[in-house]
Amino acid sequence: MTAIATPASPASRRRPAWFLPVVSLGGVAAYYLLLRFVFGIGEGTALQQVANALSTGAIYALVALGYTMVYGIIELINFAHGDVFMVGAFVSLFFLVQVLGNTGLTAPITNLPVLLLLIGAALLVTMPLIGLLNVGIERFFYRPLRNAPRLAPLITAIGVSFILQNIALVIAGSGDESSPQIFPIRDWRLSIGEITIPYLSLFVFALAMVLMVLLQTFVGRTRLGRAMRSTAQDREAAALMGVDLNQTIALTFLLGGALAGAAGVVWGLTYGYVRSDLGFNAGLKAFTSAVLGGIGNITGAVLGGFIIGFVEVFATTLGQTRWSQFVVFVVLALVLVFRPAGILGQQVGERA
Amino acid sequence: MTATAPVATAPATRGPMLMLDDVHTYYGHIHALQGVSIEVEQGEVVTLIGANGAGKTTTLKTISGLLHPREGRVLFEGSDISRTAAHHLVRTGIGHAPEGRRIFSRLSVEENLQMGAFTRNQKEIGPELERVMTLFPRLRERVNQQGGTLSGGEQQMLAIARALMSRPRLLLLDEPSLGLSPILVQQIFSIIREINEQGTTILLVEQNAQQALNVAHRAYVLQTGHVVLAGSAADVASNESVRKAYLGED
Ligand SMILES: Nc1ncnc2c1ncn2[C@@H]1O[C@H](COP(=O)(O)OP(=O)(O)OP(=O)(O)O)[C@@H](O)[C@H]1O
Ligand SMILES: [Mg+2]
Repeated sequence: MTAIATPASPASRRRPAWFLPVVSLGGVAAYYLLLRFVFGIGEGTALQQVANALSTGAIYALVALGYTMVYGIIELINFAHGDVFMVGAFVSLFFLVQVLGNTGLTAPITNLPVLLLLIGAALLVTMPLIGLLNVGIERFFYRPLRNAPRLAPLITAIGVSFILQNIALVIAGSGDESSPQIFPIRDWRLSIGEITIPYLSLFVFALAMVLMVLLQTFVGRTRLGRAMRSTAQDREAAALMGVDLNQTIALTFLLGGALAGAAGVVWGLTYGYVRSDLGFNAGLKAFTSAVLGGIGNITGAVLGGFIIGFVEVFATTLGQTRWSQFVVFVVLALVLVFRPAGILGQQVGERA
Repeated sequence: MTATAPVATAPATRGPMLMLDDVHTYYGHIHALQGVSIEVEQGEVVTLIGANGAGKTTTLKTISGLLHPREGRVLFEGSDISRTAAHHLVRTGIGHAPEGRRIFSRLSVEENLQMGAFTRNQKEIGPELERVMTLFPRLRERVNQQGGTLSGGEQQMLAIARALMSRPRLLLLDEPSLGLSPILVQQIFSIIREINEQGTTILLVEQNAQQALNVAHRAYVLQTGHVVLAGSAADVASNESVRKAYLGED
């Protein structure tokens, strides 16, 4: 069985703790140098692209975590997860529109405390709501199929994906719905000499990192986190320890959903629009991230998210936005050829 | 008549701690237990021996709630647990070290032990950790190692220790000596005796009938889902057909 591996993944076990952070930083630096000196991109643009990639990657990583945790515990590719994220982006949109409408505030909000309060409120509303939506989906659609052949819940997940997408279509229509960009993007910038980087990118990255560290700590260090990892490894043995399988699976969907909700809030702030097919587009990239990193592995999902973010921004930087999707999947295919279980995934021989 | 017997008080002192009453357990259409009746008294070591496929593991799983009988009843300390789920039964005092060790290979030794005490207040498990590490000093040395990197014998110790962490009143052990070197087998059996002397009732499934009959007070012999022989360990050990079939004599 593939585990929700976190700090105990076989790949990271053999390497010292500093390995991943150092390699990641090295990768970011190499990326910057590549843009600067191989592709001859100006200093300012290159730095901006790095910041852009960090925030784009952070969103994919947050969504990828939901794919990977659910796969880790019930070995289901939850195709509806991207759409759960899309619903999160809509919930945040409606919430912000309501608040702005009722308070007379207008986006962007330049009063920092008010801005943070509002973003915090959007997270506090969206995360639990989307978490519960995800729990409900598991309860009503996947749990009855727990002992059915693998294909049944998979097809059901695709069905749930269509249901969510079509509900959004009916409510919001097929076009872009504009989401209030309450975080000032143009005016709030970090300037380093001539160069400016929007604080939003850094904020999004920092927020995602905080959430991911919280998740790691929960899964890696708490009693319920241990129960999740145990259940992922051997559910019968976990039951003998007193772990309630249904509760543990529900908890996994709750956490995955809440992170997708947070990603939805951040998506709206960053891109300023939401569409009913967001789950299909951005969600697919998040799914790709999870597979790239090694599905079932939490660290892998985060790594995969950032890699996809960087690759996509790279394609865009070269003026090949139309090709970004293509480049993303070429990278995925290449990695899977050499490491079929993903970068940090357990290769078949490593499975216990 | 025992009509005057108080019903609600101290069920543990009335009748056996564990009673299987004509239990039938199936895997789909496969009729694995075909009317098994077993009793275990408080404080005993009872062993269940039998050939491969006789139904020993199935019996233990039926007790710990991983399987449920289609007919018959399982009573623990007087209450019917036939339909109770495994994760509840740990809380009522049944610990099960399953066949094949089943430790969590990607959790550390310490985390495995913490999982054993999952149902208990995590702040109060210190003394229990101390107790099992005293029983199994090897585990203390390996406390931060991944479960999967332990040797077979160490994994077996971990499996038993993990089951003890819930402080069970009844401990089910499924082939704890399987695949161990003769010295380790000796060690495991002396630890089983020690655990019993510390007050835990034990139902022991073993291939190693000789050793099991040495440590047990009573024994049941299982054959294709039926109890074919029951009695004191000494009586069973001296039974002609048991000697031939399970003790390697002819
Ligand atoms: N999951 C299962 N599905 C179908 N049949 C099973 C399953 N598990 C066990 N059986 C069957 O039930 C019977 C009893 O099996 P059980 O595992 O209880 O035997 P055992 O006495 O523990 O044997 P061993 O000494 O080999 O461990 C066997 O005939 C076995 O084939
Ligand atoms: Mg067996």
